[in-house]
Amino acid sequence: MERGQPAPYNHGMTTELGHFALILAFAVAIVQMIVPLIGAHKRWPGWMAVAEPAAGAQFVLTALSFGALTWAFVVSDFSLNVVVANSHSAKPMLYKISGTWGNHEGSMLLWVLIVTLFGAMAAWFGGGLPPTLRARVLAVQSAIAVAFFAFIIFTSNPFLRLEVPPFDGQDLNPLLQDPGLAFHPPFLYLGYVGLSMAFSFAVAALIEGRVDAAWGRWVRPWTLAAWIFLTIGIALGSWWAYYELGWGGFWFWDPVENASFMPWLLAAALLHSAIVVEKRESLKSWTILLAILAFGFSLIGTFIVRSGLLTSVHAFANDPERGVFILAIMAFFMGGALVLFTLRAGAMEAKGVFGLVSRESALVVNNLLLAVACFVVFVGTMWPLLAEMFFDRKLSVGPPFFNAAFTPFMVALGLILPVGSVLPWKRARISRAMWPLRYVFVLALAVGGLAFVMQTGRSMLGPMGLFLGAWLVSGTVVELMQRTGRGDNRLGRLRRLPRADWGKAVAHGGLGVTMAGIAGLTAWTVDDIRVAQIGQPFDVGSYTLTLTDVQELRGPNYLSTTGFVTLSKDGSEIAQMTPEKRFYPVAQMPTTEAAIDYNLLRDVYVVIGDQQDNGGWTVRTYIKPMTNWIWIGCALMALGGLLSLSDRRFRVAAGARKFSAVPAE
Amino acid sequence: MKRFALILMLLASPLAAVQPDEVLDDPALEARARELSKGLRCLVCRNESIDESNASLARDLRILVRDRLLAGDTDAEAVAFIVDRYGEYVLLKPDNSGANWLLWGAGPLMLLLAGGAGMIYLRGRSKAAAPGDTPLSAEEQARLDDILKE
Repeated sequence: MERGQPAPYNHGMTTELGHFALILAFAVAIVQMIVPLIGAHKRWPGWMAVAEPAAGAQFVLTALSFGALTWAFVVSDFSLNVVVANSHSAKPMLYKISGTWGNHEGSMLLWVLIVTLFGAMAAWFGGGLPPTLRARVLAVQSAIAVAFFAFIIFTSNPFLRLEVPPFDGQDLNPLLQDPGLAFHPPFLYLGYVGLSMAFSFAVAALIEGRVDAAWGRWVRPWTLAAWIFLTIGIALGSWWAYYELGWGGFWFWDPVENASFMPWLLAAALLHSAIVVEKRESLKSWTILLAILAFGFSLIGTFIVRSGLLTSVHAFANDPERGVFILAIMAFFMGGALVLFTLRAGAMEAKGVFGLVSRESALVVNNLLLAVACFVVFVGTMWPLLAEMFFDRKLSVGPPFFNAAFTPFMVALGLILPVGSVLPWKRARISRAMWPLRYVFVLALAVGGLAFVMQTGRSMLGPMGLFLGAWLVSGTVVELMQRTGRGDNRLGRLRRLPRADWGKAVAHGGLGVTMAGIAGLTAWTVDDIRVAQIGQPFDVGSYTLTLTDVQELRGPNYLSTTGFVTLSKDGSEIAQMTPEKRFYPVAQMPTTEAAIDYNLLRDVYVVIGDQQDNGGWTVRTYIKPMTNWIWIGCALMALGGLLSLSDRRFRVAAGARKFSAVPAE
Repeated sequence: MKRFALILMLLASPLAAVQPDEVLDDPALEARARELSKGLRCLVCRNESIDESNASLARDLRILVRDRLLAGDTDAEAVAFIVDRYGEYVLLKPDNSGANWLLWGAGPLMLLLAGGAGMIYLRGRSKAAAPGDTPLSAEEQARLDDILKE
């Protein structure tokens, strides 16, 4: 098919097959939701065994359906409504493909594709699970899929046709035509939906009526995977906002951002409390509750984004019918799970006993802080709605509120983390555990103090952030060294430490790096706004910038006004920068492309504006210290999660080992 | 969709935020104006402060803030002046009047509540039994017997 040609007829078959596969997957999901559940109840192996092939078939069918939709975007099949509304024949191929999920219908299909993917993975790798638990997990997972298949087929069908296909499409929102954002939704969805697996395990365990160490070990990899994906997805979105929106903010406390942040906080809490279940057989009912709530917040997130209830720049859909449908899904799953929880949680008797000062207690405090922080974000996000409904007040809750109300919890978390992670299980003496950390504390104080002395008359935010960063990073180093014991060959032992230990250290260090980055950026950004004349240098901070030229250029599907800026310091040139403002004629939309000179210590961020009457151009320059630390830290957290996920005990647990009442190791 | 496109246009228009001609000569006053602008909402945008926004209304508000500061208002007076005219909707950081204490108290109250519950739980756990005297479950006992017999 040539570009620019509408292709309504010869691809018709693919699209219809995709539509058919979707409906068939719906039917399979209904079977998988019911039959294994009855089988597990009656102990009929044949009925339970339905779950495994059904989960596979469901995934393959949904993948076919998604593939057909992607194909429609690739060949620009303008007989499909979604393609017309979100694509254009002249769009670069990458964004044709990402256009598949850059719209409501396609993104919901991606959502359910991931639900079935996780279901299939649980079926394929869940050989070690007891058969009844496995049947129930897969049935619950399938119930979630059924709800979303119904949602897609009845309210958001991407395969709806146009009788008369138009000649060309209306283009994807140009803001979304960006590599950072093209892959932001799939990662977020992998995270959101990954938590459905934790939910399914929790509900299955409640039906089963037992939670033991083995359960903790099974649920943790899924939570960990979901959390890794959420981390990457949130970081990508934040990075995109930073370079694309044109003023260098990285987090706006927008309802849609909060929607992804709340599940992240709860997933972080959950993967810590699952450790306590696994190692110490305590905190069982709390962990179950967290697993239910974490997925609940994923559903709330989907609801917020898809209903447009709390409209924001991200909320693409403004259709009440869809909102009510998702609300009903949410009410059913949360209500059902919580009722089941109140009926059954009492039976989850804790076994492990531990002292007031112990690793267990530290993890309880971790969970407390993360859960309350999540609650604060939740209340802040919903408050404008609640205040209008119940108190007749129209008000806003913006970044200044969240910065003030949320940050203290993260500071507290950062302060206790290195202490908690060196405390031994069961029973500990706080003074003894903290003794090795004395140098770390002094070092962190020195770093914070240095930052305080070097800045003049500004807030405590920067020094505090650097203190926390140094405290966390060097704390993990000391902890790793401690694990190697004394004597010779400590380096060798360090290398042979379990991957989970490395993962923990890397992720905790990453949190410190991110905290330092956020504080540094927020406290020490310098900005400059001026009308720059071509050829006249100007100073910002210790840098000199010269606007040498401005040209009108043409991109594949946009027009660009490009500025050419020379960045130099102490007389020597550092970089040539080309800030642009673009105009997308099809969508009739302008965008800003900031020019950024990246550096580990600082970013120089240049934005070009309009030409002024006197011939000069508006130029905005920001010096942003430590910005990249934020995303390096996120990458480290994700890497830590991956290391942990690849730990031997999960591979063993996921393998074919037969279930036994007594967990190994 | 149209409204959405409009919002995006306001959001993404290249002439972002504070314009050079708005900047005050006195750097101290300008710094105060920027700080105040960050706490005031652009009324026609979504979740944006007037400092970041490029809507013309945001520009008017920025100029208004600067005028008030030039006229000798304190920060609080300048904000009050704007809230009087545009309502509390412009405040990105809601005050703590009336029902708003629920918003501000949500975190601390929840922390107290959860902290209390956590404390009771932890005390229970640490008192439940001394280490070593946890009885074996029937299953474990059976398994132990098996092992001993072998």
